[in-house]
Amino acid sequence: MLQVVCIKQVADTETRVKVASDGRTLDPTAVTWILNPYDEFAIEQALRIREAAGAGEVVVLSLGGAGVQTTLRNALAMGADRAIHLKTDGAPPEPLQVARAIAAELKGLDARLLWFGKQAVDDDAAQVPPMVAELLGHPCVTVVAAITLSADATQAVAEREVEGGREVVEVTLPAVLSAEKGLNEPRFASLKGIMAAKKKPIDEKAVTLAPPALEVVSLALPAARSPGRIVGQGAAAVPELVRVLREEAKVI
Amino acid sequence: MAILVFIEQKGGLVRTVAREALGEAVRLAATLGGPVVGVCAAAADPGLAALGEAGASELLLATHASFGHYEPAGYARAVVAAVEKVKPAVVLFSASAMGRDLAPRVAARLGVGLAADCTGLAVEGGRLIASRPVYAGKAVQRVAFTGAPALVSLRPKVFAPAPAQNGGAPAVTPLAIEHDPAAARARVLEVRTGSAGKVDLTEAEIIVSGGRGLKGPENFAMIEALAAALGATVGASRAVVDAGWRPHGDQVGQTGKTVSPKLYVAVAISGAIQHLAGMSSSRCIVAINKDPDAPIFKVADFGVVGDAFEVVPALTEAVKALNARG
Repeated sequence: MLQVVCIKQVADTETRVKVASDGRTLDPTAVTWILNPYDEFAIEQALRIREAAGAGEVVVLSLGGAGVQTTLRNALAMGADRAIHLKTDGAPPEPLQVARAIAAELKGLDARLLWFGKQAVDDDAAQVPPMVAELLGHPCVTVVAAITLSADATQAVAEREVEGGREVVEVTLPAVLSAEKGLNEPRFASLKGIMAAKKKPIDEKAVTLAPPALEVVSLALPAARSPGRIVGQGAAAVPELVRVLREEAKVI
Repeated sequence: MAILVFIEQKGGLVRTVAREALGEAVRLAATLGGPVVGVCAAAADPGLAALGEAGASELLLATHASFGHYEPAGYARAVVAAVEKVKPAVVLFSASAMGRDLAPRVAARLGVGLAADCTGLAVEGGRLIASRPVYAGKAVQRVAFTGAPALVSLRPKVFAPAPAQNGGAPAVTPLAIEHDPAAARARVLEVRTGSAGKVDLTEAEIIVSGGRGLKGPENFAMIEALAAALGATVGASRAVVDAGWRPHGDQVGQTGKTVSPKLYVAVAISGAIQHLAGMSSSRCIVAINKDPDAPIFKVADFGVVGDAFEVVPALTEAVKALNARG
């Protein structure tokens, strides 16, 4: 069974955001690039399904500039078999552009499970997985926190996080799934895995993106919070804290 | 041009997030003009006529026996049918669990852009501009749309629900759609609810979060007690979740939930950048920490420097006393 995991290279969550001189994008200076954290859960689950079946292939796919190959290598080091790099240049694309490019590539592959992280921690859009599913005509379950595959691998039962509980969804393959934190505990790449990844193929394909459906007008830092104050030390500060919350902030 | 609002219902009741979206639609209509039309997918009418008070002038209702639960394919079809009928300039969703799943499907079907999880909308030179936090709130992106309709999902708890007005009783018009659940190849078997009555972090008015400084999972009993007294939902830092003290659903911050309650109480949380990103849009922030140099104090409106094990029980008792007084 072929599984494809679509991954994204993002700025490390430790990053202090600086706006580039164009006023619209992140200043990449001094940014550490990492594999999107939610994508690690997607990769891990695909690897576990392959290992449980004792057969099959896990392909990782990423869209972006030349730099994303480092992230693809990280995924290969975790255990993916091969990689596809949809190479673009220019401004970061918006979600529909990305979904269209990925769907066009996936159309040519007979993947049974198409994995994503639930969202990328840069633009936090969470749009590409359901969009790709719609474009391919596949069912889709987003924000998956648990999954069980049927013995014949034709169906899956996935649990998705919703407000105050979980929806349990039965889905027929081929299907698109997006992974939530907690789906599993992602493995670290072993030294052997890192060495092996160097020899695994990355299929590089130049893609031309459709015109954007959204355009970024500006990127700015949020308004700084006005400085607060220390109301006191220890339990003795409690009466004053309760007073300010009640009388000044009016929140209790 | 009309503004179309997806009316989210759960268990046959219109959700508060739908009233928030209607409220913003009414405000937008003041600038953009046009009627505010609601579209709802449900097993039966969840009392849509009452939304006239909230500013809707017409409501379209797509019903199907399978719509008691969220049916992505059927719900998407309903919204697309409403778009074709109403030809709106803007379609508003809530960025709830349902809206975040549904809106991108509709966007893909219509081939238009979606600005997700927005915290502000403005009309500039006749153009709709949506503001949306990115990097979990470390920055704010403003986006414009190159086509129509403009699809927007709104972050819960940010937009005020429409005030009750003397709106007339709007027409509730059936919306005919073809929907075959079997063809959708996905169906909800059941919805498992978590702790009874617990409000989700993303929709909570008050949140009390605990961090590593609590020393162990058993000490969250103290946090639960304060939360119970305040009517709050319990949250946690990433360190605590990664240590297995609390479930993943409790995590606030980047790689967890981004929250905007009216009151956020951070107990024994030092304030890593990922945590601050996820909660700094809260209206009022209280920090309780024994380290006066902890970064959490930089975003807190009110801070108490002290041992959580002394401060929290005292605060719980004080809140209980306040509640008893009424």
